[in-house]
Amino acid sequence: MNLTPLLDRLDGDEKHDWSALSTLDVLWVLYDRVLQDGDRFMLSKGHGPQAYYAVLAAKGVIPESWLDSWGDYDSPLGHHPDRILLPAGGISSGSLGHGLPIAVGTALTGYRTFVLVGDGELDEGSNWEAVQFAGRRRLGTLTAIVVDNASASYGWPDGIARRFDLEGWDAVTVDGRDRDALAEAMSRNHVGGPVAVIAEVRR
Amino acid sequence: MSMRSRFYTLAAQALEDDERVWVVLADIGAGELPRHPRLVNVGIREQLMIGVAAGLGLAGKRPIVHSYAPFLVERPWEQIKLDLGHNDVGAILVSNGASYDASRAGRTHQAPEDVALLATLPGWRIEVPGHPDELERAFLRAVPGDDRVYIRTTLEENQAPVGGDGLVKLRDGAPLVVAVGPTLAPTLEATAELDAGVAYLTTVRPFPRRELREALGDGDEVVLVEPYLSGTSAAEVSRALVDRPHRLLALGIEHPELRKYGDPSEHRAAHGLDARGIRARIERFVATPTEVR
Repeated sequence: MNLTPLLDRLDGDEKHDWSALSTLDVLWVLYDRVLQDGDRFMLSKGHGPQAYYAVLAAKGVIPESWLDSWGDYDSPLGHHPDRILLPAGGISSGSLGHGLPIAVGTALTGYRTFVLVGDGELDEGSNWEAVQFAGRRRLGTLTAIVVDNASASYGWPDGIARRFDLEGWDAVTVDGRDRDALAEAMSRNHVGGPVAVIAEVRR
Repeated sequence: MSMRSRFYTLAAQALEDDERVWVVLADIGAGELPRHPRLVNVGIREQLMIGVAAGLGLAGKRPIVHSYAPFLVERPWEQIKLDLGHNDVGAILVSNGASYDASRAGRTHQAPEDVALLATLPGWRIEVPGHPDELERAFLRAVPGDDRVYIRTTLEENQAPVGGDGLVKLRDGAPLVVAVGPTLAPTLEATAELDAGVAYLTTVRPFPRRELREALGDGDEVVLVEPYLSGTSAAEVSRALVDRPHRLLALGIEHPELRKYGDPSEHRAAHGLDARGIRARIERFVATPTEVR
């Protein structure tokens, strides 16, 4: 599936936002091959939601025509998503570090819950409250996907996966452009605890 | 039994009675409640505490969240604003500590600003009971709903509960003194020998604007006695009486940075919320020369 024409409707054909493109393959694979009926998905990294909107349009969740007017006064599509305006069952996001704790709450009730965060977003300490708790609670219904495009100001020396691993998560690092590898990692069987998929995307 | 103890009893019962109910704690209160599959203690992680509550709410559950007021309302403030408010998710937040219950613990455990803060966000029902029975009434009303409710417990309480919802007129007279929650006991003592009317209020948001107009009758003087930051409901009174010339005296916590320890009763006196302080200020207010009015 080539999503470029849909992205073009959002941004015109040349100035695609790097933070939006970094999540494109992850989101497509999630919606195309991973999410099942009853699963919950939360886009915590609300910055650069063009890929999210393009995937939702490609999957028929929202009309393609919405893409043409995103960010306009009456548009349901903002530069950060608002779950009340956007009928996609997720969360409102934009302020970083909120999605992972919310996902923990939903996962506790038994829903298979997927949350997408960015490597820069992980700077926010609120994420680590959730990572620590979910790991120790062995929260097997939770999958966190970290799109790592090396945007954190101080980086993550020795890698992001190691930090999840230490807190009791099953963490795996994959090429964030390799759709087969992403599908396999995000569909991993939970062995009694939460799964973290670090999707590396480099320019 | 204090309001706080009553809350623990009610929360344990709600976990048994209602499968929608979950209780979310950040260590505080964890030793007071029996273990239960739907009781989640996240450890000392207040941002997570509110985030988890929002996630539970999104899954159709009824989260009850509890901690000391500063750690429940102030530390995770953005989570309250966004995870609950902006996502339009319901939750019941029940605090203890109030303005100066933790007088010896110091400023870190005191939140006289809690009601003023939550009143800036749309959609919150704010309950300030003055007696354990009133706490129970507020709690049992909140549990079946889907809205956002804040219930503020205090150590101080009135001798008896007051029946009735909304603004309850207890005595006619002028000025009209509106006592909120646990300030009723000192307010009744302060006004015993005055001509003042007294009304009682526990649900402070939404503020009962119409009922205030009715209770005031032809009067034009209102005294608010609130157990949190002074002036918290002053703008509500102003809106209720927008078309009527009136005077307002708003009493409450006057010195959030008091920097004193001691007993709660000493703090109450320092803020002028004991019977003596309330009476003195009502008398000064009433005695204000007519030409100044």
